[in-house]
Amino acid sequence: MARIVVDPVTRIEGHLRIEAQVEGGTISDAWSSGTMFRGIELILRGRDPREAWIWAQRICGVCTMVHALASVNAVEDALGIEIPDNARLVRNIIAATQTIQDHVIHFYHLHALDWVDILSALKADPAKTAQLAQSISDWPVSSEKYFKGVQDRVSALVASKQLSLFGAGYWGHPAYRLPPEANLMAVAHYLEALQFQKEFIRIHAVLGGKNPHLQTFLVGGMATAMDPNEPGATINPERMDFLVQVAKSAIGFVNQVYVPDVLAVASFYPEWFKLGTGVGNYMCYGGYPQGSIKDPADFFLPRGIVLDRDLSKVHPVDPANVTEYVTHSWYEYSGGDQAARHPYNGETNPKYSGPKPPYEFLEVNEKYSWLKAPRYQDQVMEVGPLARLLVAYASGQPEVKALVDATLGKLKAPPAALFSTLGRVAARALETQLLASRLVGWIEQLGDNLASGNVRIHNGEKWNPNSWPKTAQGFGFFEAPRGSLGHWVEIEDQAIKNYQAVVPSTWNAGPRDARGQRGPYESALLKTPVADPERPLEILRTVHSFDPCLACAVHVVDARGHVLARAEA
Amino acid sequence: MHTLKSPFAARLSPCGGILMHSPRTRLTAALKSRGVSRREFVQFCSSMVATLALPPRYLGAVVKALTQASRPVLVWLEFQDCAGNTESMLRSSNPPVAEFVLDLLSWEYHETLMAGAGKQAEDALERVVREHAGEYIAVVEGAIPTADGGVYCTIGGKAALDIAKHVCSKAAANIAVGACAWDGGLVRSNPNPTGALGLHEAVPGLKNLINLGGCPHNPANTAAVLVHYLTFHDLPALDEYNRPLFAYGDIIHDQCERRAHYDAGRFVEEWGDEGHRKGYCLYKMGCKGPEATYNCPTVRWNDGTSWPVKSGHGCIACASHRFWDTKSPFYKRLPSVPGFGVDVTADEIGWVATAAVGAAMVAQVAGNMVRDKLRPKKTAEETKEPPESRGA
Repeated sequence: MARIVVDPVTRIEGHLRIEAQVEGGTISDAWSSGTMFRGIELILRGRDPREAWIWAQRICGVCTMVHALASVNAVEDALGIEIPDNARLVRNIIAATQTIQDHVIHFYHLHALDWVDILSALKADPAKTAQLAQSISDWPVSSEKYFKGVQDRVSALVASKQLSLFGAGYWGHPAYRLPPEANLMAVAHYLEALQFQKEFIRIHAVLGGKNPHLQTFLVGGMATAMDPNEPGATINPERMDFLVQVAKSAIGFVNQVYVPDVLAVASFYPEWFKLGTGVGNYMCYGGYPQGSIKDPADFFLPRGIVLDRDLSKVHPVDPANVTEYVTHSWYEYSGGDQAARHPYNGETNPKYSGPKPPYEFLEVNEKYSWLKAPRYQDQVMEVGPLARLLVAYASGQPEVKALVDATLGKLKAPPAALFSTLGRVAARALETQLLASRLVGWIEQLGDNLASGNVRIHNGEKWNPNSWPKTAQGFGFFEAPRGSLGHWVEIEDQAIKNYQAVVPSTWNAGPRDARGQRGPYESALLKTPVADPERPLEILRTVHSFDPCLACAVHVVDARGHVLARAEA
Repeated sequence: MHTLKSPFAARLSPCGGILMHSPRTRLTAALKSRGVSRREFVQFCSSMVATLALPPRYLGAVVKALTQASRPVLVWLEFQDCAGNTESMLRSSNPPVAEFVLDLLSWEYHETLMAGAGKQAEDALERVVREHAGEYIAVVEGAIPTADGGVYCTIGGKAALDIAKHVCSKAAANIAVGACAWDGGLVRSNPNPTGALGLHEAVPGLKNLINLGGCPHNPANTAAVLVHYLTFHDLPALDEYNRPLFAYGDIIHDQCERRAHYDAGRFVEEWGDEGHRKGYCLYKMGCKGPEATYNCPTVRWNDGTSWPVKSGHGCIACASHRFWDTKSPFYKRLPSVPGFGVDVTADEIGWVATAAVGAAMVAQVAGNMVRDKLRPKKTAEETKEPPESRGA
């Protein structure tokens, strides 16, 4: 029996540590720990709620707009503001662009090297690689010469004895099983995806001024002024053409490179459609309003919960049932650490009780993480692309159902195969495909509004704080790339009184709760084989399948002032 | 197939791949084998020379430096960060990040991107410190918590502050990217519960330290700094905050494309109004451009596509010192713009504007004297210190 520590877990956002107990070559228990805390808690207190999004956005620079959008949603909910249809469309476009770009980067740059052995690509036959590539896709960049060029590049890198980012990989590990040609193809697409992500994200630059950290959100709408005749307007016919062109090119890359690559890689690792199942409860707040944000039944991706892998029933989501535990987290609650708290009366009192750094192991029976443990009606929930897809599938969303069934048919797999490590990877790719096609539609709708002279982009009725009630509270839900995100805000005397965020990676990467229930990462790692404890590649596969985002996950924005209270005590 | 049809194919940047060939490979042959003409490569180098405001005679030095055989080693450390600066680096276009990572430098440690994890990642960092002491470049992203024995950020069980001291003190040059690594940024905002500091305060006395503020840093500037360092083994001319003058020497308001509207008294009065649709000045909506310095309006973001003011929202002065505390609230109109004013007459504006252009030219000349380490006096806005308090 051995304790394995992976710290830092790399190729993620943030600072994550996994400790795992290995018995007889498989994982018998696991602990997930976030090892960084920024304590943004006090910072929003007393500030103008209209600018909360600028601050909250800095929770994460990877899924860079998600906290901005959840924040304006929350403040608009509190103040009863309805945003114009154009603002809804711009937000959907920005959100879909974020998710598409994020998913592509995740697969190629954060996850692929768990399945792809770069050094094996040196043994590939470029001609056969071209054949392989052409057999799975009609993507035009697939010639023998092209793959030879990529191989030469890898070969020169290896000859230089400076492998750069690839220097410390687990190359030659027995768990790598792709043939050299598939490895070479994947390396080529790793480089293409680097190019793709920066071209594609120019949509954010047009509509947000820059990426990361877009700067055009407003409580009440967007700052992207529209005018069919003014070149000075952010949204004008010329820029609409540009957006359509970039969005359409994404469809090509996603459908011809990303999705075929995922299916090709997955076909060599069928057992990973059985491993990494985890808790089996899936939650989605619902994403992409087609009309009012108050009407989740009409969202593109529906709201709901699937319990215990039962796809025959979708349970409703009630925001009142979301709570957080700190029993195993480095915080204390004023009423004791055994009870959970709802975000409206949430507390963030950091109290580190772990080992003094430098340390070798965490005290996993006590508190061991900067993440809280969110629960829904005391149940552990997995959130993210797989949860969204399963809830939509179980709800009978026709587009999702057709795409999932067709993909399962290609893989000759039952729906149960989705409850797995590779199920998460596949769900992310399929969601990208769905969103890429939707994205063009939303841009075209915006273009139609522009052409017809509907240029309303902001509802300014409540911009003046003197128009607000003395007190107000509200919440904003949003489906971020990594899953369900909620912000809760309390406003008093025109300033923020309390602010809480419950974040996707907190749901997934959180520790145990008062009842000892494991978080989703911890559950998913159970029974995972580990061929070589010195090189725990298999742990990375399952953890990466969730796409961890730890800066988001570590808790966050409570403006009640408990940190100060502790300092004074 | 030689011509890549897709806009997203792995296009070769003008300097791509040259350095991967044997030391004896001649430049022209190397360029040819990568499908890049010498002309394109020199064009790229020229653009770097221009970004850095170097005299043209330095072109040869840049070309030579970028075709060295052995690549300098870079490590990228992340502490109390959001990875926004890492993401921003991924958007680098000139050269693209793949060329930086594979061709120009050996990028041996970077948590968000590196293949190795856990012990293997830690070993990689330790090997660089041991084998390349005094030679490598350390990039730092995120603030460094100093309260309570460093428990607010540990990596591999070690405190961020200890890692920073260990790695940065042995680096040939240190580059702090983004507001948090420079001055503590958002993490250090009042009341700073984790005792977060920027690199220069957490680890005082570091040599060759350059601060690239901004939230996030603009990769165009970072690319230029890296190329400058690779060329001259020295940093470009810096201001009193150790920021490169070429990027932080000019006031945003003076470079702004909406400036003519300000001078003419044409302002956005409400979001989405006629003035907003016509691209009028955002001063009344809280824009901090008159008090901010950065080359945001000229370099822009994401391949020069846009910047916040172009896209319709005011500047938040994200490249200014301690901007979270000193420049918020972000929608409050600046009380008075030194030498300017919305209510002054057109004549007055014209007179002041002329003076401002003169001042800008002086600043530009200063910026051009790149290697002379000119350190201008602090401007009034930059010397304002926010109140310091630390909770924990």
